[in-house]
Amino acid sequence: MLGEGIIKGMGETARNFFGSYVKEDRLTTVQYPEERLPQKEAARNFPFLVYDGKDWDKGLRCVACQICEKECPPQCIYIVKDATKKPDHIGKMQFQAKVFDIDISVCMSCQICVEVCPFEAIKMDVEYELSTGDRFGQLLLHKDQLAKSNDYYRKIHPTEAAEVDARMGAEKAKAEAKAKPAAATSATPSKP
Amino acid sequence: MDQIFVNLKDWLVALFPAGRQQELVSALISVAALIGTFAGLFALTTVLERKGLGRIQNRYGPNRVGPYGILQPMADGLKALTKEDVVPRSADQVVHFLAPLVLVAPVFLALAVVPMGRNMAAVDFDAGILFFFAVGAATELSVFMAGWSSRNKYSLLGAMRAIAQMISYEVPLILSSLAVIMIAGSLSAVTIVEKQAGYSGLIPHWFVLTPWGFAGFILFMIAAAAESNRSPFDLPEGESEIIAGYYIEYSGFKFALFFLGEYIGLFAASGLAITLFLGGWNAPFPFLTWIPSYVWFFGKLLALIAVFIWVRGTLPRLRMDQLMNFAWKFMLPMALINLLTAGVWHFTPPGLARWIICALLVFGPYVALGRTLFESKKLAKRTYSYAE
Repeated sequence: MLGEGIIKGMGETARNFFGSYVKEDRLTTVQYPEERLPQKEAARNFPFLVYDGKDWDKGLRCVACQICEKECPPQCIYIVKDATKKPDHIGKMQFQAKVFDIDISVCMSCQICVEVCPFEAIKMDVEYELSTGDRFGQLLLHKDQLAKSNDYYRKIHPTEAAEVDARMGAEKAKAEAKAKPAAATSATPSKP
Repeated sequence: MDQIFVNLKDWLVALFPAGRQQELVSALISVAALIGTFAGLFALTTVLERKGLGRIQNRYGPNRVGPYGILQPMADGLKALTKEDVVPRSADQVVHFLAPLVLVAPVFLALAVVPMGRNMAAVDFDAGILFFFAVGAATELSVFMAGWSSRNKYSLLGAMRAIAQMISYEVPLILSSLAVIMIAGSLSAVTIVEKQAGYSGLIPHWFVLTPWGFAGFILFMIAAAAESNRSPFDLPEGESEIIAGYYIEYSGFKFALFFLGEYIGLFAASGLAITLFLGGWNAPFPFLTWIPSYVWFFGKLLALIAVFIWVRGTLPRLRMDQLMNFAWKFMLPMALINLLTAGVWHFTPPGLARWIICALLVFGPYVALGRTLFESKKLAKRTYSYAE
């Protein structure tokens, strides 16, 4: 009969209406600032710089090779090389960045900088509460704002960070193994 | 208690010298009370509607501004007032400005003839219902003014849809209320309410409790939803098709005025439905008559608005051809049959036989019409030639 479907539909919506007062689990929405959904591991938005150890300025993995700056499609990265060098994780002396800026108002979250970085220095962040009152100054992130510890990286992307740690550990072990005979050979002639 | 507002008004009017001045003051008080009450009701309805729709969709709805989000309309109003009022350069400036006013003025005028309690109609015209429909038809003008003056194809499309819809549904709206006018023998809203006073046992003499009244009430509600552009008849402003229809070039407070006008139109239509079919301000049971009449009127009004919100939360929007088919192939024949049934009711002696005859007279054509409409539809599972 005509109108049967309407009655049925009205019944369904009425059941939803009253059910939402009776059964809390019917309410599927999350009340955002107070409640948050757990972060997905694959989530990403803007890049950050990883550092090892306690001191961010000393531990920064970035060697200012500027590959990411060249590869960045919207060109949101700006790097100035420093004259002084510092040792990296395998003990080799490397350049460091004097200035490392990312304009996240330009960044398109493509992750290409992460993929091209040979030093595992730049990774994607999951921080999304980035609103500011100043869209020019506050959205241009400097080195000190970008630097985040390896522990933080392990926390936000555990699987990825474990792989990176394993790879870097292997590199370090290889370098040490190589350094030992080299040290032995270089040490022997100096002895006499 | 029942006459508290009437007495208050009489007392205020008596403060002024008799003659023209008293008439003017009386009119002004009525208008102020009307606008104040219904603007407040509008604010309440917007928040209740959003909360109700939220609950229907298993969400909380607005719950941030004030306790349980009840102050949401204030935030909305502030936002509307502080927004920039953009008028397109190529728009017809005068008509663009006038359109919201032309919408709001007639809908408030229409409310003036609706009796909201015992002795509480702002004006009691002899031809009150006629006046209601006459000013109600002015909303079509404003909608087309808005659509035309915006100089935007979407708004013009929306306005054209609105005109087609409103004119089509005006016919069943008036025909369904004609049955009541025939039986009551009066065009005055106050007289129609008085005709529905009294009880047989526990059952009130409301027109909705007769076969023709019930059918008329359903037809009236459907047509009223279409007249006030409520979902499922909100084609003129269909967001997914023509963005916002005739409102598209309106922002800030002009948009708020349109919104207000639409809701006041809904209140006016609901108020008329209550007057015509639901016994106006009469109590549903004889032992409840001690509750003031205006409480009953506004209670019924809120109940009808709740039904409109419920329907909005349930039904999807109609397609244009479905809308027109429904108006001309179903609503119009049903309204005419209903008119005939009311005539039969009037001329047969009261009793159970009359009730059964009239019920069959309404219900039979309803089933037959529904079946024929469905058979010509050839409903089948839709097949797609290209998509999967």
